[in-house]
Amino acid sequence: MEDVIIIGAGAVGSFIARSLSRYALSVLVIEKENDVGDVTTMANSAISHSGYDPIPGTKKAIFNVAGNKMMPEVCKDLDIPYGKVGTLTVAIEEEQVVMLQELLERAETNGAKARLVSAEELKRMEPNINPEAKGALLCPDGGIVNPFLLPVRAMENAIDNGVKLHLNEEVTGICKDNNHYLVATNKAKYEAKVVVNAAGLHSDDIAKMIEPISWSIIPRKGEYYVLDHYAPGLVNHVLFPLPSAKGKGVLVTMTTSGNYLVGPSSEIMNDKDSVSTDVLTLESVKAQAMVLVPKIPFNQQIRVYAGVRATPSTHDFIIEPSKKYADFINVAGIESPGLVSSPAIGEYVADKLVGAVLPLKAKKNYKKQVKPYINPLLMPIVERNELIKAHPEYGEMVCQCEKVSLGQIKDVLSRSVPCLSIKALKKRTRAGFGKCQGGFCQPQAVRLLADYYHVTPLEVLYDKLGSALVKEEVKREAK
Amino acid sequence: MINKDLVIIGGGSAGMAAAVGAYDHGVKDILIIERSPFLGGILNQCIHNGFGLTEFKEELTGPEFAYRFIEQVKTRRIPYVLESTVTSINRDKLVIYTSAKEGVVEVQAKAIIMATGCYERSAGAIGIPGDRPAGILTAGQAQLFLNEYGYLCGKRIFILGSGDIGLIMARRLTLEGAKVLGVAEIMPWSNGLNRNMVQCLFDFGIPLYLSHTVSKVVGKERVERIEISQVDAHMKAIPGTEQSFNVDSLILSIGLIPNNDLLNSISCTMSRTRGAIVNEHFETDIDGIFSCGNVLHVHDLVDNVVAEAREAGKGVALYLEGKLPREDRIIACLAGDGVGYVVPQKIALDESDDSLLFKFRVKAPSKNVFIEYAFNGEVIKRVFKPVIIPSEMEIESFPKNLLKSNQGTLTVSLKAKEA
Amino acid sequence: MAVKELICITCPRGCHLTVDENLVVKGNFCPRGAVYGKQEVTNPTRIVTSTVRISGAELPLCPVKTAQPIPKGKMGDIMASINKVSLNAPIRIGDVVIANVAGTGVDVVATRNMDKVF
Repeated sequence: MEDVIIIGAGAVGSFIARSLSRYALSVLVIEKENDVGDVTTMANSAISHSGYDPIPGTKKAIFNVAGNKMMPEVCKDLDIPYGKVGTLTVAIEEEQVVMLQELLERAETNGAKARLVSAEELKRMEPNINPEAKGALLCPDGGIVNPFLLPVRAMENAIDNGVKLHLNEEVTGICKDNNHYLVATNKAKYEAKVVVNAAGLHSDDIAKMIEPISWSIIPRKGEYYVLDHYAPGLVNHVLFPLPSAKGKGVLVTMTTSGNYLVGPSSEIMNDKDSVSTDVLTLESVKAQAMVLVPKIPFNQQIRVYAGVRATPSTHDFIIEPSKKYADFINVAGIESPGLVSSPAIGEYVADKLVGAVLPLKAKKNYKKQVKPYINPLLMPIVERNELIKAHPEYGEMVCQCEKVSLGQIKDVLSRSVPCLSIKALKKRTRAGFGKCQGGFCQPQAVRLLADYYHVTPLEVLYDKLGSALVKEEVKREAK
Repeated sequence: MINKDLVIIGGGSAGMAAAVGAYDHGVKDILIIERSPFLGGILNQCIHNGFGLTEFKEELTGPEFAYRFIEQVKTRRIPYVLESTVTSINRDKLVIYTSAKEGVVEVQAKAIIMATGCYERSAGAIGIPGDRPAGILTAGQAQLFLNEYGYLCGKRIFILGSGDIGLIMARRLTLEGAKVLGVAEIMPWSNGLNRNMVQCLFDFGIPLYLSHTVSKVVGKERVERIEISQVDAHMKAIPGTEQSFNVDSLILSIGLIPNNDLLNSISCTMSRTRGAIVNEHFETDIDGIFSCGNVLHVHDLVDNVVAEAREAGKGVALYLEGKLPREDRIIACLAGDGVGYVVPQKIALDESDDSLLFKFRVKAPSKNVFIEYAFNGEVIKRVFKPVIIPSEMEIESFPKNLLKSNQGTLTVSLKAKEA
Repeated sequence: MAVKELICITCPRGCHLTVDENLVVKGNFCPRGAVYGKQEVTNPTRIVTSTVRISGAELPLCPVKTAQPIPKGKMGDIMASINKVSLNAPIRIGDVVIANVAGTGVDVVATRNMDKVF
């Protein structure tokens, strides 16, 4: 009998797990993909929003501001790249200027620091901004964060503190039996006192397993461009246009790895699971981005991707017990500002919602930090040499484009959160994320994973089960 | 910190030939830094033949060609390090590399030759629409998996791009038991050598779809299906012309891009084709830093790479002897009508040679045309070309005494033959 | 035998040749094209390059080639022979890997030095 089963290991599920791991509880996280943070969490704008945009009083506003305030310490404890670069919401047309004032008031009501910036000051801060820009709202506490590492490190910390994680397992049915839940998956059956539904795009399907619901999750796709490490200074803040009913609009930002991100679009979809891109949408994203920054170096494009937001039909986060049961907790519809809100949501769900139905006894040996990750390139040469002398693998470069050493790859493989695929390795180390997109290093990465897991390269997956990278070994008769 | 007269970054064909060229012109204190466990660079995975027709008057495979230069390096006892990656350089020619064996090594060089080759353009770089499943690889990546590790990336394959590497892999994959269903090429002409068209496509009945591109990829975990579409004059897919192919792998041969992270990191001036701007001695606009081979401009024949690299090595020798002009006495060389790019982009007009080699590619296949050299607006040389195609780099000798002054602009253009 | 159409590969012109049943070649700009056209129609030959399994070397495969061109129709048989070969390091460039492959009189030779490492 588990105390808590969490369904879904995205940013939200992972932070709920981490917050619960502070207490003496047995917690199991069930995730249907082959990695944590493998759906919406890994395909968004990677922004730690300050909180100027959500409607005051909504859960979005509350958790956004709270999460953004937590972010620096969370990223320090979990060794996650984070940059408080500030966000600028830019008015291009004259008639948009009055909206800036409304946003300023909204920011102040929400408790997010903000001030207005004139056209002249904006051009000094952002030399590449559209010369027609009329002014902007500056939120100095907004920033950028590594979206891949948020769930991975949070889950690593949770597992280090005793949480159990099952990947590649999908919940197929839930029922209540006396005072506990029977959770059936495609692999096994479990019992739990409390169920937390953090199943992202499919959280409505999970919620329906125990009661009819009045809300639904509407998939809303966003497509992006990723640009290579351009010379620094294309933009110095996260740049937004003014928000509309469709969302915050197409932004232009640097990332914590020195790339540039342009996007997203916003289209309602029929299919929750498709993350395909299309030419017309991407061209529209390009055109909108160039309204903010006319000279974006699109010839530096190295990748396009799409993510799907779990938009709630209620327009606000759903973070509450089900109607029937206080111990079945829905955490659903976590679209933007979901990523930045996730640490705050994790804390709230653990302390206030799970805490309302289970006694929370603090663990004495709770470790709030992960073991730090070594990046040799950030070390002074003398220290780097000592490191390589003790661990020669930190001197052997595997990914040339992103400068990732074998030592860093082996460290990641040794951690408590599993790293089972090429994509998982990419997210954790950046090997394969660079300009050649794994052209040079992917074969070596396949061999590394094959050796580590004692399988053949034919069994090494790019992502989910069924995504082996190579199809057949040649000249088998001669082996 | 160690000191070297010359550090060569990259131990492939360009790096090795540059070392030999420098050595044979008097530079003895050299270090070649190579990131893989072997010298030879990309030649090691190019197991097909066609290399060395000019250089050795023989037709060799890639590894055999590489071996000839490895021997030249070893006979001269030119020092090299393997499994060593340069992590930074600066404008003062301090090179920092790292390896498991040596840790972090700082090398203060008097001259650097950048010979780091190219990387392949990826699916993401052109934003191929649709899904992003496993099974989409570049041709070189598929080649590495197959020739070094022994794995086929797929059994039913479609290839985008008719450049030589794609054509070579069409044959290679077919011989190893895969079915290649077709090659799509966005231009109206093939990008590869005729001999590869015949021996890699026609020999195996693999259809070539000119003026087509891949307009969609479909697949959940792995590629299941691709669609190709005809393209219009703006290279955009024409709706309604889609053809579908059930494949499990899409291979991309859509272009090579110079691997210039290091030069970009020190703000070296680059050309539009992403190689450095160099003079006829292959010196970039940073004092004592040279560039040659594919990282300068993409070659079709390794024979031309090694000839160029030897010249760059000789250029370093001249530089170290103080014989290269330092003043701003430069002629700019531009690509004019019909010409895609020109190397060198500057001429230093020193006394070392009477002539220099111009290398360029035209933008479209042409017949009965002139290559016209115009200096400050005046035509000073014309060369008749009965046939000229973009996939073959033109190399032309140019006598320096045709340049009557040491300031101005030389333009290389394609002009139709007047009736 | 009807008229065959070919592209000449001896130089970048890529002349479109026709060869009739009397082996008369048309469309060639130079004599080399006539030679190629006749050869290609009567006895087309190719060099085959591939890899063979090797043990004891740093890599599991050794690149090889047919030492001379072989009849195009024999490519399948040659590949079948190549796929059965298992070498042991060390191997030097030029070592005969298969003598007289598929009865062609041509040897398959190694094209890379493969040192013994274990």
